[in-house]
Amino acid sequence: MLSVTELVKGVLSGNRRHLARLISLIENEDSQAQEALVKLYKHTGKAHVIGVTGPPGSGKSSLVTKLTAEFRKRSKTIGVLCVDPSSPFTGGALLGDRIRMQEHSLDDNVYVRSMGTRGHLGGLSRAASDAIRVIDAFGKDIIFVETVGTGQSEVEIIEVAHTVIVTDVPGSGDDIQAIKAGIMEIADIFVVNKSDYPGADKKVTEINTMLDLDPRERVWRPPVLLTNSRTGEGIAELADKLMEHFNYLKESGLLEQKGLQRSREELQSIMKYKLTQELSHKLQGKPEYEKAIRMIAERKKDPYTVAEQLIAEFLLSEIR
Amino acid sequence: MKERTKLSDAIKNWEDTEVKSTVERFPERQTNFKTVSGLPVKRLYTPYDVADIDYHQKLGFPGVYPFTRGVQPTGYRGRLWTMRQYSGFATASETNRRFRFLLEQGQTGLSVAFDLPTQIGYDSDHELARGEVGKVGVAIDTLEDMELLFNEIPLDKVSTSMTINAPAAVLLAMYIAVGEKQGVSMEKLRGTIQNDLLKEFAARGTYIFPPAPSMRLITDIFRFCSEKMPLFNTISISGYHIREAGSTAIQEVAFTLANGIAYVTAAIKAGLDVDSFASRLSFFFGATSEFFEEIAKFRAARRLWARIMRERFNAKDDRSCMMRFHTQTAGYTLTAQQPDNNIVRVTLQALQAVLGGTQSLHTNSRDEALSLPTEQSVQIALRTQQIIAHETGVTDTLDPIAGSYFVESLTDEIERKSLEYIEKIDQMGGATVAIENGFIQREIHNSAYDYQTSVDMKSRIVVGMNEFVVDEEQQFAYLRVNPLAEQEQIQRLKEIRSHRKNDVVKRALSALRIAAKSDDNLMPLILDAVRVYATLGEICSVLRDVFGEYKAPDIL
Amino acid sequence: MLVAKPGLDGHDRGAKIVARALRDAGMEVIYTGLRQTPEMVVRAALDEGVHCIGLSILSGAHNALFPRIMELLKAEGADDILVVGGGIIPEDDIPDLKEAGISEIFGPGTTLQEIIEYIRSNVKL
Repeated sequence: MLSVTELVKGVLSGNRRHLARLISLIENEDSQAQEALVKLYKHTGKAHVIGVTGPPGSGKSSLVTKLTAEFRKRSKTIGVLCVDPSSPFTGGALLGDRIRMQEHSLDDNVYVRSMGTRGHLGGLSRAASDAIRVIDAFGKDIIFVETVGTGQSEVEIIEVAHTVIVTDVPGSGDDIQAIKAGIMEIADIFVVNKSDYPGADKKVTEINTMLDLDPRERVWRPPVLLTNSRTGEGIAELADKLMEHFNYLKESGLLEQKGLQRSREELQSIMKYKLTQELSHKLQGKPEYEKAIRMIAERKKDPYTVAEQLIAEFLLSEIR
Repeated sequence: MKERTKLSDAIKNWEDTEVKSTVERFPERQTNFKTVSGLPVKRLYTPYDVADIDYHQKLGFPGVYPFTRGVQPTGYRGRLWTMRQYSGFATASETNRRFRFLLEQGQTGLSVAFDLPTQIGYDSDHELARGEVGKVGVAIDTLEDMELLFNEIPLDKVSTSMTINAPAAVLLAMYIAVGEKQGVSMEKLRGTIQNDLLKEFAARGTYIFPPAPSMRLITDIFRFCSEKMPLFNTISISGYHIREAGSTAIQEVAFTLANGIAYVTAAIKAGLDVDSFASRLSFFFGATSEFFEEIAKFRAARRLWARIMRERFNAKDDRSCMMRFHTQTAGYTLTAQQPDNNIVRVTLQALQAVLGGTQSLHTNSRDEALSLPTEQSVQIALRTQQIIAHETGVTDTLDPIAGSYFVESLTDEIERKSLEYIEKIDQMGGATVAIENGFIQREIHNSAYDYQTSVDMKSRIVVGMNEFVVDEEQQFAYLRVNPLAEQEQIQRLKEIRSHRKNDVVKRALSALRIAAKSDDNLMPLILDAVRVYATLGEICSVLRDVFGEYKAPDIL
Repeated sequence: MLVAKPGLDGHDRGAKIVARALRDAGMEVIYTGLRQTPEMVVRAALDEGVHCIGLSILSGAHNALFPRIMELLKAEGADDILVVGGGIIPEDDIPDLKEAGISEIFGPGTTLQEIIEYIRSNVKL
């Protein structure tokens, strides 16, 4: 059993085993994890976090693999976090992104970690955000976060990523996907993968048309790039664009702005989480609580009043 | 019409009276009977079930299109199937001994099993070969190994089937070179190379290069052999491995034929006339447990392929439409428990293949669930074929099961369902696309999972394994591959490298590299390299450099 | 859970079925794909923080590859990972493999449920 100090020291000095161990503790919501995160926090905020999201089958993993190779050529160290959906019924998951990253399996400068969503609604779990933080503290220059690409997660990913890539494939007929609320807002770069498939150019045009219709004024208009993660075509250009975007964020002050927003949201999220936890903990199983619920169901009481009462009682009890 | 109505009434009557009263006394063992491939099996088949079959159109005569009843007019009355036991292990000398034993015991054709490093284009001293040399087949690194393998075996007197895929061109070149040394010219050589990369990608996993260059190598071989080796089968389009990976009989037929379509299409695209190579295509299926379904499967496959060749590819020569195939009894049905039971299984499976008209047959040995066969076990496997051939009389007439209401029904059903799959794959763009996007692999995996579940839940009984189990001590010794084989092989490799003319080898490999980057047929250059004792690993390394390596799609 | 195919063996029917069954039983499973060297297996197991490794091999190379994997795990101090195996492994070889640190070998005829229960009962979480 490693102590928190050892774990923190290990992570900061580049000990891979300690990194892996700490992420496992985070996943298990171990109290040691919390302590470690507190100690590591000041060492975070250095990495360029790149989110990769898009429909299944759009080649996200192969894209990340090729980008990793490209950035390795540019002497960057890489972390990859792949998030896959857990079954809401059994809790099980098939974490199938690592298998596509074989070529980096023995590169000491690449760390790949797979994670299930573990019941967290949407695609990106709390544990994932914390894991990214730890990989950041570990010293990786670039951290790719690959998510499920089904709805909620696409929006959540902007909370943790500096640059968001939204992938798509030709002929996917996903016009609905493109119009779907959130996608247009979150993408910093669009990538149409499998450029050798028929309809690739058409897909690029579709996306550009959508962007033209976007009423918002944006200084950074998301470029739409064509790539082929099998042959490597377009990857160098994509890497360049990623660097360009990160520089743009820094120079425009957006990075700082995002950082503030992120900290605000995170603080609120953690407070909300803790408050909810405390409240539930206090009320769970209490007979008066259960009685109140029954009365609400029977229309003898209303939920609005009951809620206010319980909260007031809770706050009062905390003050004492 | 009237006859049919009378019959269908009679059937209904029988069901409503005799059957009903019996079922009331004791119910049938299941509510629904299905073959292992999911085809419903009725209580009774009658003329009603085959009333729509036009004999001439659907069945016809052996040796006549569409070949449902066989590809040869005299069948086994003229010549028995080739008894061809797949074998190989450790070094070439040891395998040579097993080959000669089998030939002495009455085997009529050779079948070579190569070890994994050889199949994947690595020499025995390669890092990834460690622990694998000689384990699942013979280790072949250079022409010298090949010469030892066929020592005292005249290549003009035997036909040899080589289970080799990605580096097939290299092994074929070595075989030709051995023939040359024996004074047998290549147009006299008879045999087969498996050379079927699509099923490697879909089910077997011993691939090297990506699909496009693999196709190029395959068509190079087609072209070379169509000009220079008229007696050699250039490909064995395989369903066996697809079945072993867990598919149903229908998928076995559908995916195999879809792959066949892809090969023919590629060859035509490369400029070959269909009738110039199609007669040398051969196939390879499994014979599993479901007795009548398997016989029907072979017949359906023959008919379907004939139709495809004539209707889709306009083959004018009848020989281009003939499906000739090798069969192996299904490995996955063998149990480690009570191994002698496997002899019974293999007997039944071999019989299916014979009744289905196979050209060539391998019967598994009883101990193969846990190891390669001992001499004694493989002898029994060979005797199984010989007993069927000489004692049962089933070889005295052609396609004996034809006309069975049940089997003709099943044949039609399998053909129909396979065609559905083939059409679906056509719509995707062909087998190569269906493999690239994982469709074929997923279908196979789902069938495999269903099968496993049914065995675990005992809705499918495997005797000795999930039912009729006994506590048993291991009865007899398994074959142990000579543990020194790897070291011996590595040592010999070293010696060959020091004795050969290394500058000549270097030149040959350079020439190969240049040709690989162009459109030239690679066979002659591979032959050149092989003759001067370039190693398999060296040749494949050049090709790996130029072609790249295949990366499998994830399908789970 | 890491389900791995060490060596050159290309038969993945069983490995894929086991991976899927373990997922259905509520585990988080990573399937490595084919042609894993011992180094790759250990790297994946450690980076992913798995509790159990399942090795599938049908090529007869288990006597070389399994102990090598155990050696590498020991060198990293990862003895607490449960390691099990399956495929074509003659009974005679099992005692030596167990001595090297493999906890159990699942022979042909093992049901998926047996594998799941073994892992559940023996894994150190």
